[in-house]
Amino acid sequence: MSKKKDEVVYFDEKGKRFDGRSQFEIRPITLKVGVIERSDGSAYVEWGQNKAIAAVYGPREMLPKHLADANKATIRYYYRMAPFSVPDRKNPKPGRREIEISKVSGEALSHSVDLEQYPNTAIDIFVTIFDSNAGTRITALLAASLALADAGLPMKDLVSGIAVGKAGGKLIADMNKHEEDASDAVDLPIAMLPNNNDIVLLQMDGVLTEKEFYECLDIAKKNCQEIRELQVSALKEKYSVDFNSGD
Amino acid sequence: MQEYKYESELVKQELFNDKRLSKRKMFDSRDISIELNTLQNANGSAILTLGKTKVVAGIKIMPETPYPDTPDEGSISVGIELSPMSDPNFGSGPPSEDSIELSRVVDRSIRESKGLDFKKLCIKEGEKIWCVYIDIYIINNDGNLFDACELCALAALKCAKIPKLDDEFKVVKEEYDGHLELLKNPILFTFAKIGDKIVLDPDLIEECASDARFSVAITEDKNLVAIQKGLHGAFKIDEVKNMASTAIKNYDDVFLKFNKILKSKSAH
Repeated sequence: MSKKKDEVVYFDEKGKRFDGRSQFEIRPITLKVGVIERSDGSAYVEWGQNKAIAAVYGPREMLPKHLADANKATIRYYYRMAPFSVPDRKNPKPGRREIEISKVSGEALSHSVDLEQYPNTAIDIFVTIFDSNAGTRITALLAASLALADAGLPMKDLVSGIAVGKAGGKLIADMNKHEEDASDAVDLPIAMLPNNNDIVLLQMDGVLTEKEFYECLDIAKKNCQEIRELQVSALKEKYSVDFNSGD
Repeated sequence: MQEYKYESELVKQELFNDKRLSKRKMFDSRDISIELNTLQNANGSAILTLGKTKVVAGIKIMPETPYPDTPDEGSISVGIELSPMSDPNFGSGPPSEDSIELSRVVDRSIRESKGLDFKKLCIKEGEKIWCVYIDIYIINNDGNLFDACELCALAALKCAKIPKLDDEFKVVKEEYDGHLELLKNPILFTFAKIGDKIVLDPDLIEECASDARFSVAITEDKNLVAIQKGLHGAFKIDEVKNMASTAIKNYDDVFLKFNKILKSKSAH
């Protein structure tokens, strides 16, 4: 905050971003499936500085009972940020932002799971962010989708996602906090089922032209497909069987 | 929603032939009417009907302490009450997640359009700023609360007066210091996907039948300033592009009607 926002440079003379990335380069992603033994399914995702753990419990009895859907399971998604996960201390009480993110993310995952196989039940997904630097809702969603797969639930596809956007006059992929604070910043988180390109989560704030918006959608589509490969590898790491080992 | 199960089926049957139960065209919005400044205690207010959906917005502009990271900027706050008087499915108690999503989408549409210059809402840097409180009550719910609330907020903002302050930054009652300046006119367009059909401005029965929702806020320069996708269904990329371009195409028409109503009520 020492510099005025307008004086900040988002691209250096070589076209590199503040953290050395090129325009559409994303931060390194690490995924691990099966990190909480007590849960039915779990996963840990690191995306740049973002760190999220997701745990799935269910399908289990829906309580309170009047919330049960006689035709299908209900996904309840709890996105929460730890008080120490942001520069200031965050109040541990879930805020309006967390409630909104939980709602749209739960809806996104609901599209990916065959809920009709488990009428009257609840599938609870708890995700906690332990460290953050822009893009946590998508980091959480990747972890949650892996945790659902780890829980053995029937799914159409994994949910993949990315936040694309704009800073310093150019479209970029996977912005960090510094870029998110740009005066012309646009944040456009998207989640898809990469197999058939179904868009299951889409939010945006900031100013984009129609053309820029369409370009963002195409960048997101490409990235979702690549990120899905990483998710699949993480699942294989836990579940592939080595037939030659003789065990 | 289990409500309107029979009607939902009718909606789907009609849509099979690209027809709506309401006889509207796929991308037609319902008529709007607006009453301005009927509430004396609010700094600005509007009552808006969109078809049979009716909402009221009241503005209060209050001197507050700025956030530490933006000492020279004012702020806005949007709260929407899904009042139990307006729908049998709305309960009393703390805001539901539906209400929180709705108010945050309305907030983003107005905030991100940069229609309000937050720097101009600074009273004294680091000490006092104006906070524009936009509180909206649903009176009758016949669907598409997103567009109704956003347009109602915009109407109320356009006729809001800034209170006069004394030397100690206290509000002087019933005296004003000019009008709130709005540089942009963001308008929200909400679509519902029912089966594989998409309609603009869904009414309550269409909402009960719908699988997915898409809202996009457009400004007069035809930029997109906020987007929200909702519900369990999904959209294809081409569907999203089509809805965005439809919203852009419809902007002038809706804005013209909106402005005409406001002028006839002489906003200021």
